Amino acid sequence: MATEAQGEEGGLVFHPMDQFIVKPLFGDGPVGLFTITNVTLWMALTVVAVVLLMVLGTSKRSTIPGRMQSVGELAYGFIYKMVEDVAGKDAVGFFPYIMTLFMFIVFANFLGLIPMSFTTTSHFAVTVLLALLVFVTVTVVGFVKNGAGFLGLFWVSSAPLALRPILAVIEIISYFVRPVSHSIRLAGNLMAGHAVIKVFAGFAAIAVVSPVSVLAITAMYGLEVLVSFIQAYVFTILTCVYLKDALHPSH
Amino acid sequence: MATETTAGTASTSTCVVDGSAVGMPQLCFDWWPNQIFWLIVTLVVIFFFLSRIALPRIAAVLAERQGTITNDLAAAEDLKAKAVEAEEAYNKALADARAQAQDIVNQTKAEIKAELDDATAKADAEIAAKAAEGEEKIAEIRANAMESVKDVAKDTAKELVSVMGGKADARSITAAINARMKG
Repeated sequence: MATEAQGEEGGLVFHPMDQFIVKPLFGDGPVGLFTITNVTLWMALTVVAVVLLMVLGTSKRSTIPGRMQSVGELAYGFIYKMVEDVAGKDAVGFFPYIMTLFMFIVFANFLGLIPMSFTTTSHFAVTVLLALLVFVTVTVVGFVKNGAGFLGLFWVSSAPLALRPILAVIEIISYFVRPVSHSIRLAGNLMAGHAVIKVFAGFAAIAVVSPVSVLAITAMYGLEVLVSFIQAYVFTILTCVYLKDALHPSH
Repeated sequence: MATETTAGTASTSTCVVDGSAVGMPQLCFDWWPNQIFWLIVTLVVIFFFLSRIALPRIAAVLAERQGTITNDLAAAEDLKAKAVEAEEAYNKALADARAQAQDIVNQTKAEIKAELDDATAKADAEIAAKAAEGEEKIAEIRANAMESVKDVAKDTAKELVSVMGGKADARSITAAINARMKG
């Protein structure tokens, strides 16, 4: 899909994956652990956006909120209610953690929609770490809160006895697949959308096709706006669901 | 999707050839440490800002707003009760005023009636007195008239008798006239 299209259609050049290249901001050296790269820049912008909305936006502490404060309170209420409803009342201690995940993902996704920007959440390195954080947290919390009783999550007591070992194998596999699907869902959605936009943009080089191409990009962009929010929402609500399993492992 | 995935052993140059990506940049493991490092930094910073500043502040604002709303609702309830009370008082005052007005009307009516009765009685008495007086006068006048008639009759009879050549004594004429007048 990526580079082989080059040259086959004459002047058309497709580089849909180039937007995901990590490169140093200053100079051309190799990307080391602490190198300041475009990843650093766009993550820093994410932090700036979160701070702008959640800290500066609420700095007036007005009883009748302004625009920014309303949005901040909306985000707060949205995630708080989600944690409370999905994971249960005893999970509100994890609210700041889940809020951090949601705010980071949602802002990274939306900043990635700015043309020429770099989408940090389209990288598996980022989403895998996020998913592993959730996985490790959930597993540790499950064992700390319930001890060995957490293993009851894999022993489906409502099923017939003969089926339980088979179900246990399935449950264990599905438990360990969680971080994989959790991370690939987010990065895959964003990467695919951005790459498709780039491919459509490549077709715009042909004058006859370019109006269709522009329309298609516009439509895809609208879809991507939806996907940006929905994927952040899905990631967060799945985190809540997994957390519920850790706190109340009984089926 | 990707035609070739670069293994972790490759250096930066194997992921990018001539400025464009080879395969999926997402699977270029050379970049992973860098991304993971900056992601951890980012998450820690966001977590710090949210948990230390933003979330407690928003929670406080929401709680305060809830308090304000509850207080305002209570105040509104209070004012409503007061309004109902005031309305009741007003209605009571209105009813009282009506009753009082009715009383005054009745009293005045009674007074006027009494006065009227009084005046009527007085007038009746006066009329009766006047009537009695009139009757008395009429009786007097009648008596006088009778006396005058008697005198005239006596005189006339005496004259008549004397003209006819007789001589009548006063007593017999009087007796004759009295008998005539009775008859």
